[in-house]
Amino acid sequence: MTGPVIEAEGLGKRYGRGRGQAQGQGRGWALRDCSFQLPAGRVCALVGPNGAGKSTLLALAAGLLRPTEGAIRGPGRDRLAYVAQDKPLYPQLTVDETLRMGAELNPGRWDAATARRIVTDGGLDPTTRVRALSGGQRTRVALALALAKRPELLLLDEPMADLDPLARHQLMGALMADAAEHGTSVVMSSHILTELEGACDHLLLVDGGRIRLGGPIDDLLAAHTLLTGPVADLAPHTVVESRTTGRQLTALIRAQGRVDGPWETAEPTLEELLLAHLRSPQAPTLLTEGATA
Amino acid sequence: MVEYRIDRRSGVATYLQIVQQTKQALRLGLLEPGDKLPTAREVVEATAINPNTVLKAYRELEREGLVEARRGLGTFVRKSLGGAPADSPLRGELTDWARRARAAGLERDDVAALFTSVLDEHFKGDTT
Repeated sequence: MTGPVIEAEGLGKRYGRGRGQAQGQGRGWALRDCSFQLPAGRVCALVGPNGAGKSTLLALAAGLLRPTEGAIRGPGRDRLAYVAQDKPLYPQLTVDETLRMGAELNPGRWDAATARRIVTDGGLDPTTRVRALSGGQRTRVALALALAKRPELLLLDEPMADLDPLARHQLMGALMADAAEHGTSVVMSSHILTELEGACDHLLLVDGGRIRLGGPIDDLLAAHTLLTGPVADLAPHTVVESRTTGRQLTALIRAQGRVDGPWETAEPTLEELLLAHLRSPQAPTLLTEGATA
Repeated sequence: MVEYRIDRRSGVATYLQIVQQTKQALRLGLLEPGDKLPTAREVVEATAINPNTVLKAYRELEREGLVEARRGLGTFVRKSLGGAPADSPLRGELTDWARRARAAGLERDDVAALFTSVLDEHFKGDTT
């Protein structure tokens, strides 16, 4: 196992105001106190509600923003690819010209065959101007540019947002094939979990500018237990969320030792795990081994 | 060659679906010793699942002695599965039994339920 591809320590980003303002958890902080590691070779889902700080975290990792406090380390500009939410491309260039520009900007690393394949798989006419492409077609061109750069780290901000289901499946397949072949580390954000489930093996949950969960998805799921049954004391377990309806208790816990009690237990699904955390902002942060900085 | 079908709503872990479908292909003779499994790249390109999931499934099949990874070449079938081909005596006995069950007035679903309960009793605790 190689070392981490991204390492963040006490990372914070504040927009708008200068540093002279009073410190504190107040307005302006898009991200605060983020410390985590992402091991190389993972496909990481960066999830959280709108406005949680996902885009800020990606832009910091891409080196496009400077941290207000703390630090984030990752591959340099020439070894990473970043696809922003709005997929910036030159509207007046044709698809072909866009790819040629990519080749010229990335001498020595450019994988022309990959770029060509991703574009032609989508049935794109290389002579079409970017201006005339649909949102989904633009995403395809942006991903072709990013993958053909053969990056060590691929950062994708809401990559699948404007794709139809077939294009989404094809492009996710192309991404996974690239990860399988080259061991590319991928971080992709979304607020729609189903887009990412299955494709990702690692998770970062960002909420309210903080990292709430981080680690391999299998480990995070295994660290939690979903209980249903009669109302009873949940100590000594860490309770993420608990609800009672009449005499019935439903709870998501992090078990401390064995779960002995009158309950039915099950491992939560990823969706159950995320929703429980989003409903319970007070639940403590959990970074599993390998994800702590 | 097999093609995997991943059902995300089945509740069965994705790597187990690959393990089970490979075994099913071995039982049905769709895969035979010496056959090559698709590469991780081929599987993930078609299914859009994580490459590590495929590798985990192949490791599990290897651990059970069903396949072997040959460095730089791929993953190959070592053994077929299912000790009871179509013309075995076991099948003959089962055919007789099914005939008797029908003669005794059992319906298809009754027979299936009976068979499943006996299977459950005798293969308790075994994994798939």
